[in-house]
Amino acid sequence: MYTYSEFDAAYVAKRNAEFRAQVERRIDGSLTEDEFKPLRLMNGLYLQLHAYMLRVAVPYGTLNARQMRQLAMIAERWDKGYGHFTTRQNIQFNWPELRDVPDILDALAEVEMHAIQTSGNTIRNVTADHFAGAAADEIADPRPVAELIRQWSTDHPEFQFLPRKFKIAVTGSPNDRAVTAAHDIGLRIVERGSEIGYQVLVGGGLGRTPMIGKVIAEFLREEDLLPYLEAIVSVWNLLGRRDNKYKSRIKITVHEHGIEEIRALVDDRFAELRPAFTGIDQEMLATIRAEFAAPVFRDAPLDAFDAAYDKDPAFRSWVDTNLTDHRAPGYAIAEISLKAHGATPGDATAEQMRVMADLAERYGHDELRVSHEQNIVLPHVHKSDLPALHAELQRHGLATANIGRISDIIACPGMDYCALATARSIPIAQEIATRFDELKIENEIGDLKIKISGCINACGHHHVGHIGILGLDRAGVENYQITLGGDHTEAARVGQRTGPGFSAEEIVPAVERIVDAYLILRDSADERFIDTFARVGMDPFKTALYEPEKEVRADAA
Amino acid sequence: MPRPFTPKVVTANALLEGDVVYLREDDGWTRELADADVLTDEAHAQVRLLDAERRPGEVVGVYLADVAPTEAGPEPTHLREDFRRTGPSNYFHGKQAERQGSEV
Repeated sequence: MYTYSEFDAAYVAKRNAEFRAQVERRIDGSLTEDEFKPLRLMNGLYLQLHAYMLRVAVPYGTLNARQMRQLAMIAERWDKGYGHFTTRQNIQFNWPELRDVPDILDALAEVEMHAIQTSGNTIRNVTADHFAGAAADEIADPRPVAELIRQWSTDHPEFQFLPRKFKIAVTGSPNDRAVTAAHDIGLRIVERGSEIGYQVLVGGGLGRTPMIGKVIAEFLREEDLLPYLEAIVSVWNLLGRRDNKYKSRIKITVHEHGIEEIRALVDDRFAELRPAFTGIDQEMLATIRAEFAAPVFRDAPLDAFDAAYDKDPAFRSWVDTNLTDHRAPGYAIAEISLKAHGATPGDATAEQMRVMADLAERYGHDELRVSHEQNIVLPHVHKSDLPALHAELQRHGLATANIGRISDIIACPGMDYCALATARSIPIAQEIATRFDELKIENEIGDLKIKISGCINACGHHHVGHIGILGLDRAGVENYQITLGGDHTEAARVGQRTGPGFSAEEIVPAVERIVDAYLILRDSADERFIDTFARVGMDPFKTALYEPEKEVRADAA
Repeated sequence: MPRPFTPKVVTANALLEGDVVYLREDDGWTRELADADVLTDEAHAQVRLLDAERRPGEVVGVYLADVAPTEAGPEPTHLREDFRRTGPSNYFHGKQAERQGSEV
């Protein structure tokens, strides 16, 4: 993985010293809160409902064991012994005190991490496929270009005061696991003949006005990528609405001006900018790429794996749900679920972080990934090591076999922590997971993505959940709207609202009625929820939700 | 007829800890809603708010929150304020834990 150059280390150290001085000046009264707030946000520090919250960048979700251990240390020393992994592959600490934050940032810098541009109207942490460099279906590893974009966007002088935040995601695989269509810019690595290039999507986003990204360039050559990105952000920086924060994101700019006009403006700007990129970026990319060289994969017999698979039902169940095909023979991508039934989605204790770090070191070529689905990935594990790995996970409450299942729920922090939230998300996720665990029908249901947001800003990606849940405040009472048919993959689609919302007490039974209806409606156990929904449409599910006394039939409409 | 004024408390987050605080009658800050000064007059509430806003070295984000006065002290009228005076529901952290700590 990428290691800091002298320049990176010096830059982060300088920023940390600068922020330390700013915190001191805030505390001694030299800075007002109005002056301090943009400064703290540039360094990832929010003030939430009960405390400050520090959001730490995990670039494209990649961590090594040493970094994960340092996060554990920070959680114990300055927080309440846990961290929360987010839908943008970052980690948040929910309880730091203002005076401690400069020390936390210094501790992060020791392991080449920081919190720069995890907030504010800047280009945020670049996210990528969490299976990058490992997936069997990958065209090319998206991390080198994600790192190049990180370097280009960090402290970019033109892009420090954008109309609003700006998010970029990259996938190197046609199976989009990075939700690229819901980003301000989505990059998809594609092949044309033997040449590798980029399909560029622009103007995607969730939030109050969900939009699926539109293709602005079908095939961009690699050497044109940075100037083209700079052209897009530059065009939006001028056109973007600064008068109304609900209309400031690039999705609105693209929507208001139309993709053709935006494309023409971007092409003009690109023509101006392109000569300034004389190839140094490509030299840097080549250097970065070398740092992401694949580990040396070993060849070993699979007898131990096969024996455990035949003998141990718990191991078999975990293998069947939590593994993904690896590109190297004998290897697997192993996902560690942070969704134990009834637990807070995305939370890991300091002890669990250390266990995952140890396992990555022992069995996983020292690599960990944070997925946007709030789980941890060990991207390179030889199958012969999986029985021992699984046994260790079991000892620490990390062996939940539910990846992609109904209890593998994305949930934002919601009203339990977030100052913007209008309702709670976490308890709803906990109750749904607990309920379906009791029913013991998770495996029968199969692939089903529930995503929950505690407000319209949609951090919980509810618009692209197969079942999306949005928590709102209706006259001081939590109310939950349901959407169905959302899709977060390369076939991205925004879900449709079912109708009136449900109270906190009613929402879990409502989800159960949807699932019961699906089990009746599907034409076979192989037809996933999302496919059944596409085939039968909304009406039978509406019947199940709002007229439960009626029989659910596919032709009910 | 003017609308009746909903009683209020002055609330904010402490600058250093980020913890929720309420303004007491003696101008000190308390961590407990029960000890907050309940303001029943609109003009008085606005003056108290302005005074509190002039203390940026102590608190951040000062505002007036609606409460319902009861014999046990002011009670929140909105869910959000109920969370602010209690702590999160997924862990026994924040004020609920501190309260228990101080009783032990």
